Amino acid sequence: MAAESQGIDPIHQFNINRLFDLRLGGVDASFTNASLFMLIVFLAITALMVLSTTGRHVVPTRLQAAAEMAYEFVASTVRDTTGDAGMRFFPFVFSLFMFVLFSNLIGLIPGAYTVTSQIIVTFAFAALVIGVVLVYGFYKHGTHFLHLFVPSGVSPALLPFIVLIEIISFVSRPISLSVRLFANMLAGHITLKVFGGFVAMLLGAGAYAIISPLPLLAITLLTAFELLVAFLQAYVFAILTCVYLNDAIHPGH
Amino acid sequence: MAENASHDAHTTGTQAPGGAAEHGSSFPPFDTEHFSSQLIWLALIFGALYLLMSRVALPRVAGILKDRGDKISGDLGAAKAAQAKAEASGVELEKTLAEAKAKAQGMGQEAHARLAAETETKRKALEGELNAKLAAAEAQIADTKAKAMSNVETIAKDTAAAIVEHITGKPADPQKIAAAMANAKA
Repeated sequence: MAAESQGIDPIHQFNINRLFDLRLGGVDASFTNASLFMLIVFLAITALMVLSTTGRHVVPTRLQAAAEMAYEFVASTVRDTTGDAGMRFFPFVFSLFMFVLFSNLIGLIPGAYTVTSQIIVTFAFAALVIGVVLVYGFYKHGTHFLHLFVPSGVSPALLPFIVLIEIISFVSRPISLSVRLFANMLAGHITLKVFGGFVAMLLGAGAYAIISPLPLLAITLLTAFELLVAFLQAYVFAILTCVYLNDAIHPGH
Repeated sequence: MAENASHDAHTTGTQAPGGAAEHGSSFPPFDTEHFSSQLIWLALIFGALYLLMSRVALPRVAGILKDRGDKISGDLGAAKAAQAKAEASGVELEKTLAEAKAKAQGMGQEAHARLAAETETKRKALEGELNAKLAAAEAQIADTKAKAMSNVETIAKDTAAAIVEHITGKPADPQKIAAAMANAKA
């Protein structure tokens, strides 16, 4: 009975379970299923980017070609958005993109845990991005970085409002960045689970079992859609990171 | 195993790990209980990923791409050089061919002229020979004719003498016959 209700409860998949307990200086640092899948994501990226490129083939193997494609894709995104000066952030954006992408994709495997479906994880990434923007912006431009909030060519009467709007827009960035990714992953997985629950319920409902293939078909289509979302959200996350970093590199509109 | 344990805790609410029940929230993503462990593991693993990517993976891929670019541009350069060489060889070949053709034509013309000259000489020699033979034959004919004519005179004298002897019954005077014949000839 317990297992059956678990199967239909769409929220259960987001539960975090301690695999073994660990405390560091009074802080809970237990290794959980979320940590396990972070580690799996890390190992998968390592396998793609490090192990597949050990041969350094001039004519690439399939995996090496995939690694090169990922490299060139992110590199062109960073260069197009931030210019050559932004290429110093390329490893950062690349790590972010790959981690988010692999978390999203691995999360789609039935039974796997989706690391990015936790608001704390996406918020940590967003805060990291904004932190890097702030630190680099002030380090590179000093107080000139504050010109980001003062667009040129605005009439003095409107300036206070514009500055206020700019500040609100800047502050809301980490929130929108983290909630967008988190909510997309959460909603997609809940939808998949709900439709999966429909299949199970219809199968157990006597004559209605005959229409149970319909939600199954819906799951198939939704899974394809979720694959798109998984890639798209990773890309959106990476490109917004680039846009924000571009503000730190070239402040002032 | 752990899932079951957690679920049991969730439903009974008697054990400590049942975070959701404890905090009065049943929505795991907003459950603050696991925030610290997630942040710690995320920092560790993402930090390791960043180091690995920035120190090992990305420089290596950049190296691979650069090597390939170098190789391709090098090969393209070699191909261009080879093409230029091939074109030069083609020009050289055409030149040689034209030279050979001109030489062959010269040789042909020379041979033709030489053969024509030879033929001409032979023809002339033959013509001379034939003319000489013709002249000899003509001379012989004239000679024969002259001999025949002189024979005719003797025959005429003898015939005249015979006719005169037959008519007159006495031998003819050869001097008168010769005079009469010379008279008739004139």
